[in-house]
Amino acid sequence: MIKISDTSIIELDVNGEKRKVVAEPSDTLLYTLRTELNLTGAKPGCENGDCGACTVIVDGWSVKSCIVLTVEMIGHKITTIEGLKNAPIQKAFVEKWGFQCGFCTSGFIMVCHALAEQHPEADEYVTEEWLQSNLCRCTSYQEIKEAVTSILHP
Amino acid sequence: MIPFKFEYYKPDTLKEAFDLYDYIKGQGKTPLYYGGGSEIITMSRANNLHMDAVIDLKGIPECCRIEMLDNKLIIGSAVTLSQISESGLFPLLGQTAARIADHTVQCRLTIGGNICGTIIYKETLLPLMICESRAVIYGKNGKREVQINQIFDKKLRLMPGEILSEIITDSNYLSFPYVHVKKTKSDKIAYPLLTVAAIKKDNNIKIAFSGLENHPFRSREIESFINGENMSDDDKINRIIGFQQSKVLDDAEGSSCYRTFVLKNTLENTLKMLEKVK
Amino acid sequence: MTILGNDILRKEAWNKVDGTAKYNIDEDVKSILHAKMLTSTYAHAEILSVDVTEALKEEGVKSILTGKDCNLLFGDFIDDRPSLATDRVRYYGEPVALVVADCEQTAHRAVNMIRVDYRKLPAVNSVSDALKEGAPLIHENLMSYNLKSKYVYPQRNSNIFHVVKIRKGDMNAGWNKSKVVVEGSFRLPQADHAAMEVRNARAEILSDGTVIINTSTQAPFNIKENLSKYFKIDEGKIVVHTPLVGGAFGGKAAVYLEILAYLASRSVGGRPVKVSDSREEDICSAPCKMGLEAKIKLGADDSGIIKAAEMTFLIDGGAYSTISCRLAKAIAVDCSGPYNIDNLQCDCLGVYTNHTYSTSFRGFSHAEHAFCMERMMDKLALKLGLDPLEIRSRNAVSTGHSSPTQVKITRSNTGDLTACIEKLKTIIDWDEGNKIELGNGKVRTKGVGCFWKTSDSPTDAASGVLLTFNSDGSININCGVVEIGSGSKTVLAQIIAERLKMPLSKINVSMNVNTQTSPLHWKTVASMSTYMAGNAALRAADDLIMQLKTAGASIIKCSTEALDVADMRVYLKEDPAIYVHFRDIVHGIKDTNGNATQGHIFGRGSYIMSRLTELAQETGTGKAGSSWTLGAQAVEIEFDRTDYTYRFVRAAAVIDMGRTLNPKTAKGLIMGGMNMGLGLGSREEFLYGEDGVMKSTSFRTYKMMRYGENPEYIVDFVETPDLSAPFGARGMAEHGIIGIPGALGNAISLAVDTDIDMLPSTPEYIWNKVRSLK
Repeated sequence: MIKISDTSIIELDVNGEKRKVVAEPSDTLLYTLRTELNLTGAKPGCENGDCGACTVIVDGWSVKSCIVLTVEMIGHKITTIEGLKNAPIQKAFVEKWGFQCGFCTSGFIMVCHALAEQHPEADEYVTEEWLQSNLCRCTSYQEIKEAVTSILHP
Repeated sequence: MIPFKFEYYKPDTLKEAFDLYDYIKGQGKTPLYYGGGSEIITMSRANNLHMDAVIDLKGIPECCRIEMLDNKLIIGSAVTLSQISESGLFPLLGQTAARIADHTVQCRLTIGGNICGTIIYKETLLPLMICESRAVIYGKNGKREVQINQIFDKKLRLMPGEILSEIITDSNYLSFPYVHVKKTKSDKIAYPLLTVAAIKKDNNIKIAFSGLENHPFRSREIESFINGENMSDDDKINRIIGFQQSKVLDDAEGSSCYRTFVLKNTLENTLKMLEKVK
Repeated sequence: MTILGNDILRKEAWNKVDGTAKYNIDEDVKSILHAKMLTSTYAHAEILSVDVTEALKEEGVKSILTGKDCNLLFGDFIDDRPSLATDRVRYYGEPVALVVADCEQTAHRAVNMIRVDYRKLPAVNSVSDALKEGAPLIHENLMSYNLKSKYVYPQRNSNIFHVVKIRKGDMNAGWNKSKVVVEGSFRLPQADHAAMEVRNARAEILSDGTVIINTSTQAPFNIKENLSKYFKIDEGKIVVHTPLVGGAFGGKAAVYLEILAYLASRSVGGRPVKVSDSREEDICSAPCKMGLEAKIKLGADDSGIIKAAEMTFLIDGGAYSTISCRLAKAIAVDCSGPYNIDNLQCDCLGVYTNHTYSTSFRGFSHAEHAFCMERMMDKLALKLGLDPLEIRSRNAVSTGHSSPTQVKITRSNTGDLTACIEKLKTIIDWDEGNKIELGNGKVRTKGVGCFWKTSDSPTDAASGVLLTFNSDGSININCGVVEIGSGSKTVLAQIIAERLKMPLSKINVSMNVNTQTSPLHWKTVASMSTYMAGNAALRAADDLIMQLKTAGASIIKCSTEALDVADMRVYLKEDPAIYVHFRDIVHGIKDTNGNATQGHIFGRGSYIMSRLTELAQETGTGKAGSSWTLGAQAVEIEFDRTDYTYRFVRAAAVIDMGRTLNPKTAKGLIMGGMNMGLGLGSREEFLYGEDGVMKSTSFRTYKMMRYGENPEYIVDFVETPDLSAPFGARGMAEHGIIGIPGALGNAISLAVDTDIDMLPSTPEYIWNKVRSLK
């Protein structure tokens, strides 16, 4: 049984590295990533699980890091936008003008990346289901659709 | 940011979890069972919930399994909604799960959390109600198996500390023709104005609703109207509306009047769709 | 050249896809203190007491501020808003106290321990209620408030804080010439900017008195001026830093958290303090998009030419007036829409309610106005049996007309609406018909909406650009424009590169603004960055060219007139083989023996709006902006009459851009605006209970468009140069939103043969409206 009753040092697997962090049970993963590890690519947009700006990938699945406790992540593999290295979706977002202010972009890219890994053949319906998890206030989504389509169905 | 401190436990067995709950409670503290965490975290953040400890059920093997065994589908309470829909084992439940919150959140939301939480919609219950699923409850005397329709009455009637560990559905129910309709105020990602799940078993329709009242329900009366003989669809629907109208929810998602209109419409479509699979 | 008119990638693009782009909220200094607000739970109440005793005992709490700690009132035109409510709260979510603590969690916990005793007062829940006889006065001391402009007209013993009047032509003559008259009443709710980065700010006061503010804002210079003026601090002692901003849409033009951050830091001896909205506070406490109630009456002759118009607009400014005086002015100035109306009467009132206070929002009141006006145009077309686009063409503004405030219309200052309409017809397949029955209760309809918008800036709005060289001859741009997502800084680099005929890659842009070192830029608002900073950039480039030529002439031994610049060289026009490299002259000219002459070359350019005037109080005559941007838009929907739901099929816009400097960036901005317009049209609204308490305080209940709900967007351009603008380019960053709610309203009205005159058009609203008329 895992028991964490106060501020503790725990080990997380982030972007392929073992990282020791100080966390309390009430800390969210988003908070730990940003404050402890200075990985600020995951953004706080609502801290309520509604907007997706904080999305990271845990064991291959997209997860909103604002509604996950850091202590739950012991033993899981976490990937943040900083852990992507030349993923096709990053280039696609640039080439298709998939962002303006850029604040929601990390989250969108992580969802797209997880989708491409889990369902490389995803059709429009599945893509829509996955990407409706995130909000973008600047673009019309048309550019994001072009970007994700360009990597799923090049 | 959760504005208070609490302890985190992740036990390995149901017994460990149950005993822990009992122990923490005995100290005068408030423990909570923890599945995906979305509701607990968001409500705590908004000062709508307080606990001294969370007991994470995701380390307990029974709670995490999803498998077919002896013509029964067993789904652990800590199985996520996306695991259910991705598995394809229970198409109606999968479809229902895939319309709760959004896909990324479905990767965390657990079926146990959806059923036992405070959210009034609990849409995953609809398929379970009409497929006569059973809940496995772990308590003082170990495991017991109960009909969902018996133990759910506006909420899951559990004794303090009891754990919903698994949900069992007979496999013949998984292949009956079904309909799932979710209607919302205006967006796809939203609470339901009305969610309907129905199956057709031996020309008999079983149907359950969410969003009509402040809890999901399956109603003997409504099913008797629907399966009534020598009645037109219009008659059936009018009877249902007459029976249900005064109890329909009225809130920011939709007025009771409008919800009733949506109910009428949705019933028409549901009956049409189920007729086609005669 | 290939720099202007091409799809140039924004300079910061790659940083935005790898997580390295830094926003204000990302700079989390570990030792910083955190401040958290306690906000009002009532829409209108007297504060009897605020008890912070228990909260102060919480370990880690450094200070707690209440209204008593700062008795100043703030405002843009009328000083009417306290930083923290003192004796009264005027809206749900109004900040009442501020806890400063060593961490966010402690601050949050202490906030929960503050006890406020309220006495509930009746809440004014709509503008029409605010104007009723005997309505509670939200600001009893309205007439004694400090007015910051003599062109603001609060009304005694009322909830009206400003009135703008337009009186043009002869109304009697106009009605006499009218063969048909149509009338309409409209209601639009307040809504949220919902920029993905919530508003947040940090403040620190150094021991020498220097105040450092780091904030996510569109108006860093305005913050500096305001803090200086209200708190009597030398302007030179205030430094405001703004990095990339995570969306703004007008919502970050107001001075808001910066004041609280400053007060918080001051209360703890100047230590750095961070204050950030939660999403819920960003929705209900921070200023929002205005609401509107309106009545319009149009008269026209048989051919549909408008002969008379009478309009009343009531702006829901919420609890405090802030910029709403100018929102009222903006409606009045453009109240005819892009149509010529000779006889026109318009009253525009800014009204207090017990709602969240309003501020600028993309389109600056034009999207709200255009919804009403464009619905009216369709009503008129229907009554006369005219094609909706035809009636708009017939009334289109053009040379020889005059605007509502009687500014002479020229091609340069407006553009070509008729050309936009013609192009729109093609791209939206107008000729196939605007209503096509699909069977099974479904119908496909198209609605249209036209718009125009001018800037409504202060008459003296200014901008500046400084250009410095690196030793390799590459350039650094320094200007006060904030990068809020519109790509303005990249467009400025394009303008400089074009003028100096050098590669864009050799133009560097700092994405940060520092008010101590950047030249003044009014605010990054009103779609005016390219116009104002672009004009300044051209002047700065010309300044560089002059100096480069002077330096070049001393080496090439010729007159400056004989020289030109290109490819980072100064060359002899008659023989380009004779040249000097920028790198050899920009940091001084050195002889072979080491003697240096000349100095560093740097360019400066400034720009100030010219020939703008305030409006005359009784008639509204005056000039509010240098020029307009206009266009025509359409929305196509598939409507299901069985359940009153609809989906968006296509949406199109044709905008007269003057000159398109970066087409793909421009299309992105316009499509983003259109998407927001469809959100406002179909779902976005602040829902208030009967007691004025807001119900839509999170993204669970405040709904926006999501991926896949959008239609196919089609954007095209017309180019009628604005002769006062850099390369003729008009402002366009906001404009995509303006005509869309109206076009959607028209499409739905057509689908259900019923006037849809309220937003948002949810299925329930449409169902109710149709049902009520049966």
